[in-house]
Amino acid sequence: MTIVGWLQTAVFLGIVLLLTKPLGAYMAKVFEGERTLLSPVLAPIERATYRVCGIHPGKEMSAVAYLLATLAFSLVGFGYLFVLLQTQKWLPLNPQHFDNFSADNAFNIAASFMANTNWQFYSGENSMSYLSQMAGLAWHNFVSAGAGIAIAIAVIRGVARSGFATLGNFWVDITRAVLYVLLPICVVGGLFLCWQGVPQNFHPYQNVVSLEGFAQTITGGPMASQEVIKELGTNGGGFVNANSASPNENPTPFSNLFELVLIFLIGAGLTYTYGRYVKDQRQGWALFAAMAILFVAGFSVAYAAEAAGNPLVHHLGVAGPNMEGKECRFGVPASALFATVTTDTSCGAVNAMHDSFLPLGGLVPLADMQLGEIAFGGVGTGLYGMILFVVLTVFIAGLMVGRTPEYLGKKIERREVQLAMLGALVLPVLALIPVALSVLVPAGTATLSNGGPHGFSELLYGFSSTTENNGSAFAGLGGNLYFNILMGCVMILGRFTFLIPAMLLAGSLAAKVRVPATAGTFTTHSPIFIGLLLGTIIIVGALTFFPADALGPIVEHLLMLQGKVF
Amino acid sequence: MDAKHIRDNTVRHVATAAKYTVVSVVSFGIIYPLLMTLIAQTIFPRQASGSIVYESGNPVGSAIVGQLWTKPQYFHGRPSAAGKGYDPTSTGGTNLGPTSKKLIDATRAAIAQLKKDNPDASGPIPMDLVTSSASGIDPDISPQAADYQASRIAKARNIPVAQVLALIAGHEHGRAFGVLGEPRVNVLELNLALDGKP
Amino acid sequence: MISQRRLERRPKARSLLDAKILAVAALESFRKLDPRWQFRNPVMFVCEVGALVTLAFFVRDLRTGGPAGFDFAISMWLWFTVVFANFAEAVAEGRGKAQADFLRRTKTETKGRRVVDGREEVVSATLLRTGDVVRVVAGELIPVDGEVTRGAASVDESAITGESAPVIREAGGDRSAVTGGTRVLSDEILIVVTSNPGETFLDRMIALVEGAKRQKTPNEIALSILLAGLTIIFVIAVATLSPYSIYAGTAQSVTVLIALLVCLIPTTIGGLLSAIGIAGMDRVLQRNVLAMSGRSVEAAGDVDTLLLDKTGTITLGNRHATEIVVAPGVERSAAVRAGYLSSLPDETPEGRSIVALAETEGAAGKADGSTFVPFSAYTRMSGVDLAGGESIRKGAPDSIRAWVRERGGNDSGILAQEVESIARAGGTPLLLAQDATILAVIHLKDILKPAMRERFDRMRKMGIHTIMITGDNPLTASTIARESGVDDFLAEATPQTKMALIKREQQAGRLVAMTGDGTNDAPALAQADVGVAMNSGTQAAKEAANMVDLDSDPTKLIEIVEIGKQLLMTRGALTTFSIANDVAKYFAILPAMFVTAYPAMQALNIMHLTTPQSAILSAVIFNALIIVALIPLALRGVAYRPLGANAVLRINVLVYGIGGLLIPFIGIKLIDMLLAALHLA
Repeated sequence: MTIVGWLQTAVFLGIVLLLTKPLGAYMAKVFEGERTLLSPVLAPIERATYRVCGIHPGKEMSAVAYLLATLAFSLVGFGYLFVLLQTQKWLPLNPQHFDNFSADNAFNIAASFMANTNWQFYSGENSMSYLSQMAGLAWHNFVSAGAGIAIAIAVIRGVARSGFATLGNFWVDITRAVLYVLLPICVVGGLFLCWQGVPQNFHPYQNVVSLEGFAQTITGGPMASQEVIKELGTNGGGFVNANSASPNENPTPFSNLFELVLIFLIGAGLTYTYGRYVKDQRQGWALFAAMAILFVAGFSVAYAAEAAGNPLVHHLGVAGPNMEGKECRFGVPASALFATVTTDTSCGAVNAMHDSFLPLGGLVPLADMQLGEIAFGGVGTGLYGMILFVVLTVFIAGLMVGRTPEYLGKKIERREVQLAMLGALVLPVLALIPVALSVLVPAGTATLSNGGPHGFSELLYGFSSTTENNGSAFAGLGGNLYFNILMGCVMILGRFTFLIPAMLLAGSLAAKVRVPATAGTFTTHSPIFIGLLLGTIIIVGALTFFPADALGPIVEHLLMLQGKVF
Repeated sequence: MDAKHIRDNTVRHVATAAKYTVVSVVSFGIIYPLLMTLIAQTIFPRQASGSIVYESGNPVGSAIVGQLWTKPQYFHGRPSAAGKGYDPTSTGGTNLGPTSKKLIDATRAAIAQLKKDNPDASGPIPMDLVTSSASGIDPDISPQAADYQASRIAKARNIPVAQVLALIAGHEHGRAFGVLGEPRVNVLELNLALDGKP
Repeated sequence: MISQRRLERRPKARSLLDAKILAVAALESFRKLDPRWQFRNPVMFVCEVGALVTLAFFVRDLRTGGPAGFDFAISMWLWFTVVFANFAEAVAEGRGKAQADFLRRTKTETKGRRVVDGREEVVSATLLRTGDVVRVVAGELIPVDGEVTRGAASVDESAITGESAPVIREAGGDRSAVTGGTRVLSDEILIVVTSNPGETFLDRMIALVEGAKRQKTPNEIALSILLAGLTIIFVIAVATLSPYSIYAGTAQSVTVLIALLVCLIPTTIGGLLSAIGIAGMDRVLQRNVLAMSGRSVEAAGDVDTLLLDKTGTITLGNRHATEIVVAPGVERSAAVRAGYLSSLPDETPEGRSIVALAETEGAAGKADGSTFVPFSAYTRMSGVDLAGGESIRKGAPDSIRAWVRERGGNDSGILAQEVESIARAGGTPLLLAQDATILAVIHLKDILKPAMRERFDRMRKMGIHTIMITGDNPLTASTIARESGVDDFLAEATPQTKMALIKREQQAGRLVAMTGDGTNDAPALAQADVGVAMNSGTQAAKEAANMVDLDSDPTKLIEIVEIGKQLLMTRGALTTFSIANDVAKYFAILPAMFVTAYPAMQALNIMHLTTPQSAILSAVIFNALIIVALIPLALRGVAYRPLGANAVLRINVLVYGIGGLLIPFIGIKLIDMLLAALHLA
């Protein structure tokens, strides 16, 4: 590890910290319908959207209605992409004349993008038309992220409101999210990335002949406009297979830092928005602190492991950190950083191949997902995932101080605990059971590219990633009919089985009357509470997965130290 | 809410969702990327079109995409898992885990090949020259990896090693702002320079 | 003669672990192995199923020659785990049962004299119905719950309350309720029966202390859901581990997987949860308070606002006359004598104190032929009408002034300043008048109970807002409030203003607790979240309240709040402890499971446990024994400290969170060393 390596992470976290307040305050304004600097340009578009779609912006929705709207929109979006992928051959903007996708592959991709996962059982550069990329995948990147932010705002309102039956209007919230939050950043950010070298064109791929006389096909497409929303919306689905490791998507260390900031930006900003809504910024900063601690802890482990390098390779007479599956311009620190950031959120973009990380280096992104991707988290999902954990923590802590637990004046009772527990059950059920199934059926292990514990890790990583809608992979796991269908289902269930309890929890909290705080109420922004919150996250998250992880990365690490190969 | 109420509501939501999908696909899926292309092509035409490098009017590569180099008088890049090597239409890494026998064998082979190609090289073997990149089209190598090849290139081109080393030093890209990423050299840029082309 | 059996006093407290109770509980804990009983508690049910399955594997291994000894050891310890949890519950129940048994003895066969149309008939108590009138004379047992309609008597209620001092029960007023099973010591009273057989106070009390109708409280239900959820998570984690380990080439036996599962699910809190609840109720009973439901005890822990009656809670019930200030132009001796005469028949402590004060100034004698006019809430004065036709009254200043005016006297400004200054000093001014003349003002001084200020400070630290309720004028009230350290006061309280205060607090989201005894307190008692009625109070008050204090001590409310808090704290602390324990158990069991296939796993055996078998067995044994070790804590409750929430949280996280993390490492290691030394595994 080097000081410069740490400094890079410090600079990154510093920038995120600096942007949290202005963005958070801006989002609070946007979602309360206040005028902002961009209103003159965007308000007419917003109103036109409502008019065309028949949306009554003043009409608020109950938790159930909000959920129904979310589900309806997801369903339509899913069907649309499913059809688009199976008809791209006949549609315009397909200069490479790519064929239609098979039904099972289209199902997997449609599920993947609808659920904000962007798991990639396809290689964009050799199968996806420009139209499918921009009007299918990138569009999903916008709206699934917008839906995530909308839901987070609804959940925040649930915590903040007192004696309310409604949480806001889904269509209004998603429109404001994509129009006022995502679009402006994407326009500026997309141009920035293009300046750094990310292509933005509609050319057919260009053939070149190298100085040595080798022919090479240089790919193209509207990449910059898609790259920026892919990171900002924590979607993670690359224009090309190598994702942000490809110099086309992520050409320089500067673009790399920019993409990293984009991934954390909204998740971090929402903690401030949260503070605004509940009228106590300390609550937001407490969540920020818990998230930042998880992030720094994860990065430290990953960086240390990767910097130490692979002893099996060292035995061959070459020293140095683990550069297998990493890019020279990023090196180990920026790769470990990216791996941590992308799995602390539900992004799943990668700038290095996680499959080739050292066991403990790979354990970090795996564990990040197993903890629920709450360290800033996916746009929206991270915040409401964190709030579920807060509810559980408050419940246990509240009992310990001898009062019916309350969070921000809302009593945490039977229903809240029930819903939070339902949310906590999603991950073990959806991630662990399919892995068990996969090791039992031949199709489940047929496409592993690694043997021994690492092969098991590929499965475990795959289902943790799809359940949590991350999308990054131990990419040695190849796609087949079995995985297309099973993982498609896991991604859909992962998104909605978590979203439903979160929304119902919000509805239940909104209806409660706030109890004034007294000296008998413990503060939920103190270091001790943050510590307890982290303890709960680790107990519920890590203890669930510890046995499985022990048979994957942990035993692989121990075996590696003994010189075993598979 | 009773069942009928929910059903009616759902029908209404689906109808709104369909309209919303059309509106948003047009604005975010079509207009946004088209507008971005228009602006990008205007203000950053070179990058937007793929940073293509021309030599005597012929495109010889992209400044940001790595290429396969085999001749001794050129700098070589890293092992690549993209297609048959440096294929931008099939990007990716080996995805071999740290305890993979294949990985260890491949690394051993790469070391042997490297030593064979650079019999006069001194100093430690650069890690990046014996490990595959993530994208398979990594355009860069570390300055140490370039230095390692200097004597071979000097010999093949019949120029002093110091000249090659100086060239490398002249084309080294440091960390951005002193902290971001790692120092590196762009292989295509270096090879063009070797051929005396800017 | 009706039942002259000597009354036993109800034993109030029992030692925590009474030998007799333990013996009964030991037996009971095996009877509770019935799966139908276990089913209500998912955590322990899973544990019992595990015990059963491992037992089956033991039997199979006996025949097939598998590791039967290990299976047997694990199975036995899993059974012990369930039995220990049952034992905890049985001990908690046993304490209640002992009380119930005693009360049941009290209930036996009483008879009563029913008065019908002026005639009396002796009937069995079981035949008495609501509305019947019964006469009870000195020495007899009161056959059934009722309301005194005529007469007054001293009653020995020790059978119910455990207090040996007799209490006065009299018709009218707020001390009219009598309880079946108590004994009249002197005088005789007529009672209207207020409850049918089977529904009496005693019956309810038996049911309550026995826990027969014990329902889970809201927080307990929520916690049960949390524990059930954790159990499901760990069932999934362990069940999926089986195929994983097959894939890894290190297939695990069902016995080992079950051992891991039982160690991970929160058996510690799961096993002790109901014992904690029962013990909490029992602690309330030890304080001689009868809680009608566990819910109310739990709610007491949540109380934000405490309404406390001034008299009896903040001040001693009896105010003392300390000074007589004579009006200008009135002869002092005449005024003193008037005060003396008017107070002679007045049995209230205030009245007696006036007599005593007057006697120091030389007043003496009797007023033959005079009639006593008792105090009433309407007239707000009392006095005597002397044989000579003169009337003397003392009472609230405005009432007396009105009375004087009625008689054509002049009240304007007389003693106004003195009255005011007495009130400002926190005393109660009592005007004394004879016919149309105001004679003097008597200074009645409230006597603050000792150490109230500390108690209120403690309440404030706990985040509880205390409000003193008093009929005094605002001036007096504010002085007493200031002196006693109470947060706020409601002066000139009437049932209506009291009710309004409760509603206002509740609308602001606060939980309100109050005490009361009179019939006119009943609506407020019902409205309050926690209403504690005095046992001495009226039947209506007792019906409306959700707790009855058998000692009739209004300060008890403060203790009840503390018990409620302690109940929740115990649950929270043991939950934290239980979950934190899992870390060490993982480090004991996981390396043991995989070390054969992957010797490298030995690196995770950080406790250096002897063999894989001893490691697993030690974890299971620790898991079982920790339940036994924590039974006293569950029954006694965690140490209660009157501190702010953040301080309490810090202490409990440190003790039960960090402690829960570390203790099992030590415990498992010690058990392993013992097993190794004894060559048991």
